[in-house]
Amino acid sequence: MSKAQDTMLYLNGVSVAFDGFKAINNLSIIVGPAEMLAIIGPNGAGKTTMMDIITGKTRPDAGDVLFDGRTDLTRLDEAAIANLGIGRKFQKPTVFESHTVWDNLELALKKPRGIFPTLFYAADAPDTARIAAILDQVRLSHRRHELAANLSHGQKQWLEIGMLLAQDPKLLLVDEPVAGMTDSETEETAKLLRDIAGTRSVVVVEHDMSFVRELGSRVVCLAEGAVLAEGSLDQVSANPLVIERYLGR
Amino acid sequence: MLTQALFRALDRKAIWLIGIFLAVAILVPMANLLIPPGQFGHVPTYLVSLLGKYLSYAILALALDLVWGYCGILSLGHGAFFALGGYAMGMYLMRQIGSRGVYGNPVLPDFMVFLNWRDLPWYWLGFDNFWFAMAMVLFVPGLLAFLFGFFAFRSRVTGVYLSIMTQAMTFALLLAFFRNDMGFGGNNGLTDFKDILGGPIQAQTTRAALFAATAIALALSVLVCSGIVNSKLGKVMIAVRDAESRTRFLGYRVEYVKLFAFTVSAIMAGIAGALYVPQVGIINPGEFDPANSIEIVIWTALGGRGTLVGPIIGAIVVNLGKSWFTTTLPELWLFALGALFVCSTLFLPKGIVGLWHQVFGRRQKPIGAAPTQSSDIEKGEDAASLSGNPQPKPAE
Repeated sequence: MSKAQDTMLYLNGVSVAFDGFKAINNLSIIVGPAEMLAIIGPNGAGKTTMMDIITGKTRPDAGDVLFDGRTDLTRLDEAAIANLGIGRKFQKPTVFESHTVWDNLELALKKPRGIFPTLFYAADAPDTARIAAILDQVRLSHRRHELAANLSHGQKQWLEIGMLLAQDPKLLLVDEPVAGMTDSETEETAKLLRDIAGTRSVVVVEHDMSFVRELGSRVVCLAEGAVLAEGSLDQVSANPLVIERYLGR
Repeated sequence: MLTQALFRALDRKAIWLIGIFLAVAILVPMANLLIPPGQFGHVPTYLVSLLGKYLSYAILALALDLVWGYCGILSLGHGAFFALGGYAMGMYLMRQIGSRGVYGNPVLPDFMVFLNWRDLPWYWLGFDNFWFAMAMVLFVPGLLAFLFGFFAFRSRVTGVYLSIMTQAMTFALLLAFFRNDMGFGGNNGLTDFKDILGGPIQAQTTRAALFAATAIALALSVLVCSGIVNSKLGKVMIAVRDAESRTRFLGYRVEYVKLFAFTVSAIMAGIAGALYVPQVGIINPGEFDPANSIEIVIWTALGGRGTLVGPIIGAIVVNLGKSWFTTTLPELWLFALGALFVCSTLFLPKGIVGLWHQVFGRRQKPIGAAPTQSSDIEKGEDAASLSGNPQPKPAE
């Protein structure tokens, strides 16, 4: 376990089965502090299930899941894990549609989450400044008072990334962030994620290879719930197994 | 902190509503007491009590709206909290009868004498004190809701399953309160009240005072609800309603948010019941009838859930209709009620308030309004998108 000490996320020998189907099979992945990791792989490779395990939605049958080198995530529920500093963006953008863009960010802002602190919460100047800064960063300042339901698909993706930023997490799990985005938006997103990875750990799941290339990070290819190949994008995409099982199809 | 919360609670809509009900609390009793019968503007005493009953229903509908319209918990058992509050008030009123009962027993209510009971059961002790009884009006429904909610929400029971459980809860209480051994008057319930706080309950002034108390309680309920829904917690409640898992992944304890809303709502329903009982003069197990709880849902749906004014309008309009129908066309009332529910679901998904906004062209939706017309029970879409199975998507 000495190796686990200085990691941000440490998965070792994780397995989970649904009705006998092994969605994750002896999976081991390590993400260091302020490191970006891109995860690719065919459908059903277990990418989303892996995120479910990290965020407490699914309990693994076996294996260790450690956060920040010491916290055992398999014993905690979703809210506790989120409050530890793990933020997640979902495959389908999930924002609160009947709230305004501003309120979505206010809800995500890192603040005490208890009933009474929330009931008596009033945004102070640093809070509003922080929300305004995030709005600028995700380019939604001009739509701050609109309902999130009225945003385009790409804008919802950005809003959800903004909510991630507002949570101020140590580790970001980002599931298909550029689906539904134009090329220039995709480029912007890659830039934003690279910036974020300067100070935080980021795990990105994505199918868009040109986007993964722009991220310029270490790549892991998953298949059938286990690591198929690992390394730079060029190394991984040159791997004959990866070509056979994923890229070649 | 509190002043800030109060300031936030008093937005323009809430001020209007509170102002209207405070004015009603003064004007209706004045029109009853000061304008002599027969003269223009006189409100007869029977009408004062009838309106008081409507206003207590309005508090109940508002309570349901807090959990259903804002937090997405469709309770089909809110009548139980209403009835429990009513029973707590009824027990106080029974103890006030004293030796004026048919059997003249100074301590035991008539039905206990009839059952040959010798002593007051322990759970009747203290109910001769008004303030103790009022504390129980808040405490008993609140405790039941807290315990029920604690186990249900912690186990993540949601949607129709939760609705069915609330329905079972009120039905179980209905059966329990029908039993004579329970010590709550069985089938007949509690009635034949004489005094409240020393004043004869049938007197015109008492009736007027009860009406005023109900209108003020409604104004306070609006204030409390407005304070909650305008706070960040209110936004979290709406977030829970629309995308429960998402809220959880943001770090909010969804079960506590629901528990808070459910308990506050049950206490409000208890207060409504306590104000209802002295104005109608009886409380019996029929109030636990699941059909009553469903009727509350209809009021709220018709008025417009997810707004503060909607459920109040709904409760008053439906009960006005009920009063009119049951006197002129009694056999048609249930058909009318059913038709009302079908029509409001089909044509007025956002209720009367939604229609108002449509007709008067207010583009901006009320903050609590549901984003789509889909029923709250069917939150399947959100759930599906967050479920563990990766959605099929073409690989590059």
